[in-house]
Amino acid sequence: MNEVKLFLGPQHPGMHGNYSVHMYVDGDIIKKARPTPGFLHRGFEKLMERRYWMGNLALIPRICVPEPDTNEMVYAMGVEALANIEIPEKAHWIRMLVLEMARVAIHLMSLGSIGGPTGLYTATYWAIAQRDLLLDLFEELCGARIYHMYIVPGGVRKDLPEGFTDKVLAMMDELDEKIPEYEDLILKHPVIHARTKDNILLPAEVVWELGVTGIGMRSAVGKEYDLRKVKPYAYYDKVDFEVPTATYSDALTRLNLKVRELYQSMRIIRQVIDKMPSKGAVNVPVSTGSALRWTVPAGMVYSAVESSRGEYGYFIVSDGKEMPYRIAVRGASYPQGLLGIEKYLKGHRIDDASLWMDSMGVCTPEIDR
Amino acid sequence: MNKEKSIFSPIKAWKYLLRKPITVLKKDIFDKPREASLRYRGFHQNDWEKCLGCGTCSKICPTNAITMIEVSTLEDKEGYKNERPAFDYGRCTFCAICVDICPSDSLAMSREYLHVSKDADTFYFLPDSTGIHGDSFAKGYVRDSDSELLDLTRYEMELEPVGRKTSFMEIVKGYSLERALAESARCVECGICTDACPAKMNIPEYIKSIWEGDMKGAVEYLYKTNPLANVCGRICTHMCEGVCALGHRGEAISIRWLKRFIVDNTPMDEYEEAALSTVTEAVNGKVAIVGSGPSGLSCGYYLRTLGYEVDIYEERALPGGVIRYGGPEYRLPEKSVLKDIGMIEKAGVNFITNTKVGRDISLDELQTKYDAVFLGTGFSLSRPLKIPGYEHKDVGYAIPFLAETRDYLRETSDMPDVHEKAVVIGGGNVAFDVGRTLVRLQQVKYGADFVSMAALEHRDILPCDIEELEEGEEEGIRGHFGYGPAEILIEDGKISGLRVKKVISIFDEDKRFNPKYDETDTFVIEATQVFIATGQMPEYAFFNETMLEEIEIAKGQVKVGKYGQFNKFPWLFAGGDIVQGPDIITGVANGHDAAEGIDIYIRAKNN
Repeated sequence: MNEVKLFLGPQHPGMHGNYSVHMYVDGDIIKKARPTPGFLHRGFEKLMERRYWMGNLALIPRICVPEPDTNEMVYAMGVEALANIEIPEKAHWIRMLVLEMARVAIHLMSLGSIGGPTGLYTATYWAIAQRDLLLDLFEELCGARIYHMYIVPGGVRKDLPEGFTDKVLAMMDELDEKIPEYEDLILKHPVIHARTKDNILLPAEVVWELGVTGIGMRSAVGKEYDLRKVKPYAYYDKVDFEVPTATYSDALTRLNLKVRELYQSMRIIRQVIDKMPSKGAVNVPVSTGSALRWTVPAGMVYSAVESSRGEYGYFIVSDGKEMPYRIAVRGASYPQGLLGIEKYLKGHRIDDASLWMDSMGVCTPEIDR
Repeated sequence: MNKEKSIFSPIKAWKYLLRKPITVLKKDIFDKPREASLRYRGFHQNDWEKCLGCGTCSKICPTNAITMIEVSTLEDKEGYKNERPAFDYGRCTFCAICVDICPSDSLAMSREYLHVSKDADTFYFLPDSTGIHGDSFAKGYVRDSDSELLDLTRYEMELEPVGRKTSFMEIVKGYSLERALAESARCVECGICTDACPAKMNIPEYIKSIWEGDMKGAVEYLYKTNPLANVCGRICTHMCEGVCALGHRGEAISIRWLKRFIVDNTPMDEYEEAALSTVTEAVNGKVAIVGSGPSGLSCGYYLRTLGYEVDIYEERALPGGVIRYGGPEYRLPEKSVLKDIGMIEKAGVNFITNTKVGRDISLDELQTKYDAVFLGTGFSLSRPLKIPGYEHKDVGYAIPFLAETRDYLRETSDMPDVHEKAVVIGGGNVAFDVGRTLVRLQQVKYGADFVSMAALEHRDILPCDIEELEEGEEEGIRGHFGYGPAEILIEDGKISGLRVKKVISIFDEDKRFNPKYDETDTFVIEATQVFIATGQMPEYAFFNETMLEEIEIAKGQVKVGKYGQFNKFPWLFAGGDIVQGPDIITGVANGHDAAEGIDIYIRAKNN
């Protein structure tokens, strides 16, 4: 039979971001897959070398659009480590609050986006709408829904608005009610089951081979490898939470883990609000002078946080000037999103290709960077 | 999966029919748009009344979305530029860093977020306080102290402790490298200071050079507009700091002390190389300069960079004028003056000292010997104050007293006659120079000081710099401010005190100087010596009769045209106090201008 070449993306409802996979198919089965990144390549890493330390704030959230806060956090942590500054206590708590709210938001989005590859669009409407209500809170906090630009080197940009924590708690209560509905609708839905159960497997060997982290890894190898636990940043060592794991990683398991993580994030948020001091500074200056002349001492550092897709890291080199000398981004979806597609998408059905991308956790801009 | 459940479970979905949707109806999008949050980063608003036109927003913008546009309808205001930021929403990322760094707090972002247009040009606009559609939406994102991106606190200059008054050691310690770097890092490079500086010094550039560690480059920038950087780094009136963009919300940058840091900390070989890099061979002509004060020195240096031979005539034994014989040693040490003058001498300027034009050589003679002549003679005489007793031998004047003190410290003359108790009349910087010099001389001679001061103005409106007042009082000067001199009391041929009377008003209804006193409120300030420091005046003995007829003199100053050129005598130029005044930096600027004018004049003449 003749081989046919099909393009998944860059314009495709099942594709995440501007990314393309060239698929060579035989019938319904993918025989070979070639990931084609670069559609979103704006040279983030290079651009950062031409921006002030503060100016990069406008750029970094774009490296993974739906999850800007991890980018901001990892950048801020790196700069703070280089500048050897200790940020105020309250800033740590606010950061954790923001990061966990972001995790809830992206997991909701991820639950919703399962509608694209499976045709269960109700899931999309419900989960994305819920996420939007969460984005309202972000808007109130930092003035924007998507590009928050809130976690800055030295702390956070502004203190919490009045009554903010109450609204977050109310949102958590609402989520307590809503998430079971989503579970009913999505995780127990026969369509989803038919498509995700025992499909798109991620065996432990592949995890080790590619360097997959995050839910992908935890669902396959049963290890609590979560940076918040193994190498705690901010005050993650001061809150109680569990890291859900599994030893059999199909698409459904990974979806289930996301929902279980949602509950853990909500648990962290409640503890954070409980433990956060009401008063106190929320940032310290990174350097003397105006932001046009902030400098960061020469040196290099690798900072990493646990994003929704796994270990997200920045390697930052400073030569002591007002702009970074070099920044390299370890996008969490690089192993599975680039190497994984090339090697392990083959053998799947065409209609599973976008489900593969979705359930493996791929955020394409961070592959392009 | 439970079969039964799967049959009936759709029924429970009916309850969702009653839920309120969270979406906004299409018809409401424009009419009743969803209200944005209180911190919303929407379209920009800019309060033009507050905006300085400094362009800091444009510099920090990570996407180059902000362009400064010249607005010709804005009136010229000191400390403001007639430029305003325009935003390109094709580039803007709405990060609001521009709002956080705005030195005047004029920028904010509104809670307006809808702009729909087929015309792409409408996405590039020049906001005023009403925003993109003129709707005056409520403010959204504004800067607060947490999101501040400026460093508003100046790194204080350390002074020697008050024990300094027992000697003439320099009282201002000068910045350390660390502090100078931190202070220079505060600059936002707006250049508003340059506009305010009479000499238009490249202030942001030399501050940036310090920050970059390029001291030689910094000296080069200084010498582009000011060859008296050592002097101005110490006693400049620093109008630049008065308009500094950072001064609107915080403390202005210590521009003067940073300048001093440059001249004090650049290695001598680099300094010399930088200062003399523009000096050229003297092939274009010969110019005489009368008076070696700031304007004359500046004119001489720049004429050397333009290729002229320069002779400076000086009445006194040493060149420098007010910087050599006026400013007190504790503010302006001899070594700093020498560094400036020495560099000008190295540039090839000849000094002809002990030669007074009008006495030893006439102006007419200079005209025949030189292609052009520059007058920078300054206000060299003290203004007398004719109150009863003013002719007593123990009544001194500021200018000769300060000059004698400088000579004494150079060990070329004896200590001026100083009594145990003295009083100074006047409230300007020169009066404080006299008072604080007296304190030091009394300390040297008697081990104690007793200096009083009487000035017409009240303490809060004294014409002197605030530092002079504070430091002077710290050194023990007894100020009687708001009291005018009535008479000098003399008993047995000796001064016994100064009787002063309370001032009711200084200026009359026509705003002319015409002090009114309360004659009943008087007292006597105890002193056996009186110093008068109530102003200086010029001396024009060198003008011949035709000149005196032709040249217009108002309030002691001569009227000149562009470049300080006399309209009737195109070979003659003037600058400094006799033209503009009243400070050194203005003199430097006049000298530089005149050098340019002289060059134009001589080139035109030769062609």
